Amino acid sequence: MIEKRKHIVEFRDLFFGSGESDALVLDCGKKLRSVNIRYETYGELNTSGTNAILVLHALTGDAHVSGWHTEADRKPGWWNDMIGPGKPIDTNRYYVVCSNVIGGCSGSTGPRSVNPDTGKLYNMDFPVITIADMVRAQHRLMQHLGIKCWLSIIGGSMGGMQALEWATSFPELMESVIPIATTPRLSPQSIAFDWVGREAILTDNNWKNGNYQDNIPENGLATARMLAHITYLSDESMRQKFGRNLQESESYSFDFKRDFAVESYLQYQGQRFVERFDANSYLYISRAMDYFDISAKAGGDLARAFKQVSCPFLVISFSSDWLFPTTQSIDLVKALLKNRIDVSFCEIESSYGHDAFLLEIDVLGKMISDFLRNRLEAVNGR
Amino acid sequence: MVGKLKKELAKRRDLVEITKMIEADTRVLDLGCGNGIFLKLLECEKNVKGLGIEISQQQIIESIATGIPVVHGDLNHDLDFAEDSSFDYVVLSRTLQEVYRPDRLLSEIVRVGKRAIVSFINFGYYKTRLQLLFTGSMPETKNLPYYWYDTPNIHLGTLKDFRRLCRELDIRIIRELPLENRSLLSARILPNLFAPTCIFEICKEN
Repeated sequence: MIEKRKHIVEFRDLFFGSGESDALVLDCGKKLRSVNIRYETYGELNTSGTNAILVLHALTGDAHVSGWHTEADRKPGWWNDMIGPGKPIDTNRYYVVCSNVIGGCSGSTGPRSVNPDTGKLYNMDFPVITIADMVRAQHRLMQHLGIKCWLSIIGGSMGGMQALEWATSFPELMESVIPIATTPRLSPQSIAFDWVGREAILTDNNWKNGNYQDNIPENGLATARMLAHITYLSDESMRQKFGRNLQESESYSFDFKRDFAVESYLQYQGQRFVERFDANSYLYISRAMDYFDISAKAGGDLARAFKQVSCPFLVISFSSDWLFPTTQSIDLVKALLKNRIDVSFCEIESSYGHDAFLLEIDVLGKMISDFLRNRLEAVNGR
Repeated sequence: MVGKLKKELAKRRDLVEITKMIEADTRVLDLGCGNGIFLKLLECEKNVKGLGIEISQQQIIESIATGIPVVHGDLNHDLDFAEDSSFDYVVLSRTLQEVYRPDRLLSEIVRVGKRAIVSFINFGYYKTRLQLLFTGSMPETKNLPYYWYDTPNIHLGTLKDFRRLCRELDIRIIRELPLENRSLLSARILPNLFAPTCIFEICKEN
């Protein structure tokens, strides 16, 4: 989508936890002090406070979900086609908030932040965090922004996990939840991929127990990214995009340099990723996903985990997503229905694999904008 | 709002009748909910809490726009998302003939619904009988506007067949409401011959 004018946005920071009592209590039992949350907001909160929407990003996403920071930016925010003035999540109508998760590397406190106890970077001294810890930090932001209740909480992939965590941790603080291409508990297959990705980083000689400086473990991080990236695509999308095409020459090179277009693509994705993401953050955030199982708080009973929840859900999966396949969304839908929660669910037909949640904007956008409009009407009509 | 919904629904005589049969303040599961206006009307008029099941992505999009909860599902699979007697009514309108195993679906709907309302296309209707008798070809009617080879209606039956299946499945027929085109009397007296469609309200035999 080409826009006539670039919509310039800026980020802000929320700092808290300078004292012991204000610190963020984590699932692992430790407390996180001196916490920064970087966030962006779009649109205006209405006077009745009914139009606030929280958007939650995926593993390697960030708070910059829409618009441009400067005219010179090469790319807009990661969900720019979905969120903005006149877009499906219309910022002329809604007040949208998105923040960086803790543990990340885009401005919120993470392993490459300074440990207030030592004055040095945390690195591996950063506590192991969970999806629930991320949500606790976002709850502080909610209080800071003076939002009483979210009209909706929307997230894809790991963002969807946070959305589910919100629903079960703070069931009274939202009017609806939209989990997209996600799962109520990370599958052993996903845990396995995470493990291999982390192994690539941990075995990179430059990693140095996380205490790398200028020589970052870029081979390990790039390998982790390439592996993960494969899981975001599908057999069909790879066939359509690359086929068996060779990248440069007309014939095989008969060595082990890259021959195929798909190899070149992965290499490029790995290189780009190293420029914008931190290896230690990758370890921490992927671990947080491994530990995610929303049923754990109800002794493994997924339906019971949603017992306190009453707001409507819109659950969406994609037909070619084999990382978080439709069956996992159906498990969620069944659990919600058992609690007699109003739930809508659609498996959107798509060949894009897991990445479809970033690409299938037409269908996804229509569903989300209609769903939100109906929710806002219901809330304002009370 | 209600007026507009009613106007849209008026084409579907069976749904208009079913609307009247459903009591207020109940939970209704609509199998094959289309664009959701039937459930929306029930919600507006009778404070019904509805859930639709739909297989078509386009219809799901429309149901979400209508503002009713809709779940993507295939009626050829069990209704395993729903617990026993978790709905006051299950509505299945003119769809039973399209599924692979109508007997299994019937058992399922009386399991999850305290009552079920099924509208059934009657292949024993005199016009279809006459077409078959005189042309020697599979009938094409207003209710069954397909050729034999491309029809989604793969399990056609008569009202008599439906009643017999209910007996075999231990399903009680609470009431029968034949829908006729012109002559009310003939359809009432001999529904299997004169009613092109019939609505059955059924439940599990105790």
